Amino acid sequence: MRIQRIAIENREDNLEEVDLSQLDSVIEKFKNKKGITIPVLQAVQQIYGYLPAKAFDLLSEKTGIKKSELYGVATFYAQFRLKPVGKHIVKVCHGTACHVQGANIISESILEALKIADGETTTDGFYTVESVACLGCCSLAPVIMIDDEVFGKLSGKTAVNVIKEYQLKHNN
Amino acid sequence: MEQIKILVGLASCGIAAGANKIYEKISAIKEQEKLNFELTKTGCVGMCYREPLVEVIDDTGSYLYGEIDDVRITEIIEKHIKTGEPVKEYIVKTDLFENEDDSYCKNQVKIALRNCGVINPEVIEEYENAGGYLAVKKILNNNISQETVIQTIIDSGLRGRGGGGFPTGLKWKFAFNSKSDEKYIICNADEGDPGAFMDRSVLEGDPHSVLEGMTIAAYAIGATQGVIYCRAEYPLAIKRLNIAIDQSRAKGYLGKDIYGKKGWNFDIYVKEGAGAFVCGEETALMASVEGRRGMPRKRPPFPAVSGLWKKPTNINNVETFANVPYIVLNGAQSFNKYGTEKSKGTKVFALTGKIKRGGLVEVPMGISIKDIIFKHGGGIQGDKKFKAVQLGGPSGGCIPDYLAETPVDYDSILATGAIMGSGGMVVMDETTCMVDMARFFLDFTQKESCGKCTFCRIGTKRMLEILTRICEGEGKEGDIELLEELAYQIKDSSLCGLGQTAPNPVLTTIKYFRNEYEAHIRDKKCPAKSCKKLITYTVNPEKCTGCTVCAKNCPVNAISGERKQVHFIDQEVCIKCGVCFSKCKFEAINLS
Repeated sequence: MRIQRIAIENREDNLEEVDLSQLDSVIEKFKNKKGITIPVLQAVQQIYGYLPAKAFDLLSEKTGIKKSELYGVATFYAQFRLKPVGKHIVKVCHGTACHVQGANIISESILEALKIADGETTTDGFYTVESVACLGCCSLAPVIMIDDEVFGKLSGKTAVNVIKEYQLKHNN
Repeated sequence: MEQIKILVGLASCGIAAGANKIYEKISAIKEQEKLNFELTKTGCVGMCYREPLVEVIDDTGSYLYGEIDDVRITEIIEKHIKTGEPVKEYIVKTDLFENEDDSYCKNQVKIALRNCGVINPEVIEEYENAGGYLAVKKILNNNISQETVIQTIIDSGLRGRGGGGFPTGLKWKFAFNSKSDEKYIICNADEGDPGAFMDRSVLEGDPHSVLEGMTIAAYAIGATQGVIYCRAEYPLAIKRLNIAIDQSRAKGYLGKDIYGKKGWNFDIYVKEGAGAFVCGEETALMASVEGRRGMPRKRPPFPAVSGLWKKPTNINNVETFANVPYIVLNGAQSFNKYGTEKSKGTKVFALTGKIKRGGLVEVPMGISIKDIIFKHGGGIQGDKKFKAVQLGGPSGGCIPDYLAETPVDYDSILATGAIMGSGGMVVMDETTCMVDMARFFLDFTQKESCGKCTFCRIGTKRMLEILTRICEGEGKEGDIELLEELAYQIKDSSLCGLGQTAPNPVLTTIKYFRNEYEAHIRDKKCPAKSCKKLITYTVNPEKCTGCTVCAKNCPVNAISGERKQVHFIDQEVCIKCGVCFSKCKFEAINLS
């Protein structure tokens, strides 16, 4: 099912300090327009990389959209994240073509090399790795995407190399 | 001599293969050596398996070069551009002499893809020079009535290319008949089927054809606002659409009093999806545009009566809209001369999986699946045995090798238990396990179910559990029958297409590959040797020479051993990827 349930004990743990003043421009841009829930949340995620819990309170207050509705939408769509993410996001494609060409092996090799589970962030905060449905580059299967860059025709070994080289290149 | 033109294929898959760097390299050389040629970008040429692709057009003709890298492009510039002598060994297609890839292109009829890989999608004039926006102008200049436009589309036989196959002209007629001061046109670009990318290619390679198709539809039904609902996973498509919309507005093709016709207002904006497969369903899509959770609702009322913001709305898919300008400009006959009695025109297929030549092919309806796979696709990778082809993604089914003569038209494919779908064609060979395939799709639909209907929400979960245990060797007698029972109940009691079709991959694999299910359940064996829990890789000490190739290639370092000593695979660490098996030159890896 699409909807994620947020356990009560986890609800408070992302109340870390965020600079909410950045939200003013977003609220200003979408004020008094209809059907804005998704674009507003997308804009907020663009700023912080995820949706901070405190942003919901402020958004609800300023836009008049109920908090339940904001949370309802945020937990429905795969794009929205309620937790902070690493500096770079690795998306491992698990579309049909990639599955047939061994996407599971790519995922397992990367996760093994980074010592994390799917959806988690590395301890140095550099990578978050997640499985996605389809990146639309089926002819290059299996593929991964690091931020906006796609790497194709991988094997377990070359995927791990790509991840390592990317980190070396972007670490400075 | 006319100026030489170089086109670089810069769609997402080309860029992924490194085409951006090639473009920059050509540009740098041009600048440095002050060479006289025109360098331009284009969309997807369709020969994805040869990316990156560079086309050189000189006064002798067109030469398409494939698998371009730094070395090759330098050589092409040195020889072809400077001395006019083509570099034959890198050519994948030219009209001047035969090539091994000719069978890929032969018998393709490009209507929806007519401009993809030909024009620069970011320049509106290139679209216009290729006959673009002439269809709208034809309507206006000849005062063609709304009814006549709709009748032309009905006569063409065009059916929805998103999967449903509903006649497009009829859909327009319903929306036309609804009386309202406000109507909407929506383009469904939420291409969620994993394994299909034809809509992405059209949006990236020829966005103006979609805008023109939408404008014609708007004229026909009397709409004032258009929305393109596009997946957020397609950033390049969104970017090019927005460029195209801005250019159209500047030319007076979108906005107020468009095409100089007083009182004709029509504008389009792009709405980014947020990642939910169910939003491909039209009522869920509209809920999402309105900013809510993308959950389908009951029909009727149909969108043509009460759609977006409760106003009459017409929704068509990207490929459908891309066909419209061609049909209006050239007449219904130019389209319905292709195809079969009930499925007219051409269809774009995304050919992927274990195929030699993967990419986009546009063929007339009615040719056989076998022709697409073997003539266009060149057969199976590594010349393995063709086992099945998956059509229609998570809503579709697997068609086995012995039904490969089935013609591609809506009704023949439906008769096999699969569906035409949006045109994703994933080819499988003997190493693909069909039970695992069914499990893969159920895993997908189970996650994507919006949760509204009980049978879809819980039924798919129970089916997934059963399939998972079968794949892990824990299957029980009666599991197949239980799967079938659940499948029919889910089909019967789900509101939308997602639930109604979710069991299809399971039902078709049971229908055609029941023996594989039985092997998993009774013998605890995976005939395709693919289900991880049912296989082990071990080293045969008699054959192992200690060459270390397996250890070097193991992605998780599960293999240990000194040089020239027998190696050992740690079963605790092994992820059963099979790399050692395929890399070993001495057949020293056993698979059991």
